[in-house]
Amino acid sequence: MKRMEKYKGWLYLLPAILFLGAFMIYPLFDVFVYSFEEGYNFASGTYFGTGTYNYSYVLRDPYFISALKNTFLIVMITVPLSTGIALVISLCLSSIEKLRDLFQTFFFLPYVTNTLAVGLIFMILFKKTPYSDGLVNNLIHLFGGSTIDFIEGPYSAKLFVMCFYTIWVVLPFKILILTSALASVPRVYYNAAMVDGTPSYRIFFRITLPMISPMIFYLVITGFIGAFKAYSDEVAIFGTDLNSAGMNTIVGYIYDMLYGNSGGYPSFASATAIILFVIILTITVINLGVKDRSSINKGR
Amino acid sequence: MKIILKNLTKRFPNRNKKAGTDVIAVNNLDFDIPDGKLVGLLGPSGCGKSTTLNLISGLEKPTEGRIFFGDDDVTELPAMNRGVGLVFQSYALYPHLTVFKNIRFPLENLKGDAKLSKEEMAERVSKAAAMVQIGDLMDRHPSELSGGQQQRVAIARALVKMPRVLLLDEPLSNLDARLRLQTREEIRRIQKETGITTIFVTHDQDEAMSICDLILLMKDGILMQSGSPQDVYDDPENLFVARFLGTPPINVFEGSISDGGLFIGKDRVMELKSCQAEGPVVVAVRPEGFIPDENGPLKCIDARTEVMGRDVSIVSKHDSLFDDCPVMRSIVSADAVKNFDTTRTAFFLKPGKVFVFDSKTGARIRFEV
Repeated sequence: MKRMEKYKGWLYLLPAILFLGAFMIYPLFDVFVYSFEEGYNFASGTYFGTGTYNYSYVLRDPYFISALKNTFLIVMITVPLSTGIALVISLCLSSIEKLRDLFQTFFFLPYVTNTLAVGLIFMILFKKTPYSDGLVNNLIHLFGGSTIDFIEGPYSAKLFVMCFYTIWVVLPFKILILTSALASVPRVYYNAAMVDGTPSYRIFFRITLPMISPMIFYLVITGFIGAFKAYSDEVAIFGTDLNSAGMNTIVGYIYDMLYGNSGGYPSFASATAIILFVIILTITVINLGVKDRSSINKGR
Repeated sequence: MKIILKNLTKRFPNRNKKAGTDVIAVNNLDFDIPDGKLVGLLGPSGCGKSTTLNLISGLEKPTEGRIFFGDDDVTELPAMNRGVGLVFQSYALYPHLTVFKNIRFPLENLKGDAKLSKEEMAERVSKAAAMVQIGDLMDRHPSELSGGQQQRVAIARALVKMPRVLLLDEPLSNLDARLRLQTREEIRRIQKETGITTIFVTHDQDEAMSICDLILLMKDGILMQSGSPQDVYDDPENLFVARFLGTPPINVFEGSISDGGLFIGKDRVMELKSCQAEGPVVVAVRPEGFIPDENGPLKCIDARTEVMGRDVSIVSKHDSLFDDCPVMRSIVSADAVKNFDTTRTAFFLKPGKVFVFDSKTGARIRFEV
């Protein structure tokens, strides 16, 4: 009877195990294997030999180096900025009473807006066409500046548009999470602090921030992971040939290695995927370590 | 610090907007709280006692009226600058801070001349902690404390800044029965030791009666009666006050006054020397106001006795009892019921324990015997 019980549990888990095994575990394992097989060919299923050549090729490929640099810059700029801006907006939202719902809807709209529509709006804002320099350039003109080509111009301008776009796209979700986190801090703590004569900046740093810190950590960790996996946003702005635009990302590089114009190299793509995996894992572990250290003082 | 409440009124907008009328939480409250006393704000839930406390602390602003601390008008002063200590019903201890940091929190807010060095703060904290006997819990977090310990931390946090006024919002309601008895003595002791004017909100009349110097009894935002617990108990001004105070509760009958006699039902229970009123009244008798005697005028039925050690309570019935007062409960000494015959239950009444109220307004009707 007891044995039966034991197997019954596994039986219930079987669908999930089969599904995850087939679509998650096996591909992961497979990618790992590919990454050590030189010149693997999908069609014939053959390869020349095994070794670390794939890794050394990828790590020396200037396109990969540029993709790595772009990805890191996007991560380092957008994650802190978007979290900070989201926090400021959420604080403002939770401190107003009138029209709060209206503003909340405004800030959430980008989340439910179609990517193509968003891309179109960014075109109108930044893209230079024979007919117009783009809305932002028109504004710059108005204040006496000279035209910048944001889409095909200097690297810093492109990076600016890229980060602007990424932050704008991830903001709604962060605002949503943070406003509900702020609302869940019991009012009584603020009353207690008020009676004790606490100035508002201290209330924020000593009460509000520690109380919502689990949510902030959640946003930072998922933000890092999401930003490292950035690709579609870049395509939306700069088109599919990211290498020539100099705006490729790691995931973009993987895609190019598989299907792009220079595609057909699953071994290189696999090696890159493993490198990305190691990077994300490292960052996440560091993040979790920081989180644990800072929550020691919470007795939880 | 003396606290003066002058025509204090607080109206909240009605949630149901169609009703249009405001909810009056506190209605024209006028009262002086003398310096250094322990005062109980007492009343059923929703009577406005917590709102009154919030008005005094500054967390709520009065719609009308003024509040003075001593000679200072603090009505417009925000809670931050009032210098009150407030113990919340849920304690409101910051979960991410240790006991030590929780208690120190108010001290870190001091500015200018009042600013303290780290050592001075630590000293004040340990003094406050010693007062409530939690000196050994300083490094714990609130989640690692029992309800009673959290309560003490909350009191220490309120005391550490040496407030002019200490406010306690239902401080005992989250504690178990035994701890409640112990903690209320503790509150009494701390108040006497510090001499801080203390206001204490409760719906439990036992709590208020046992430790307060002064009680304020409220109902529907209106102050019903105030005075020392014994005075209010012995001389209630209306039926609500008489019924609210006392365990077991007062026995309430439908009665009447006619040709110089007080009647409960058909029983002429007392001769009145001078009384203005005539006709139907409400008669209320404290449980200790009965003298069992076969020849007594108040004839009861279905009597049984409940022995509670030193005292005995006689539980019986009478036709004229109020509907919400199903049995009549009298408390007599064990000696008095030695030869008690439960088939012929009758009582004499002690005049000092009998109160007569107007049957419509509930106002007290005074009489002489």
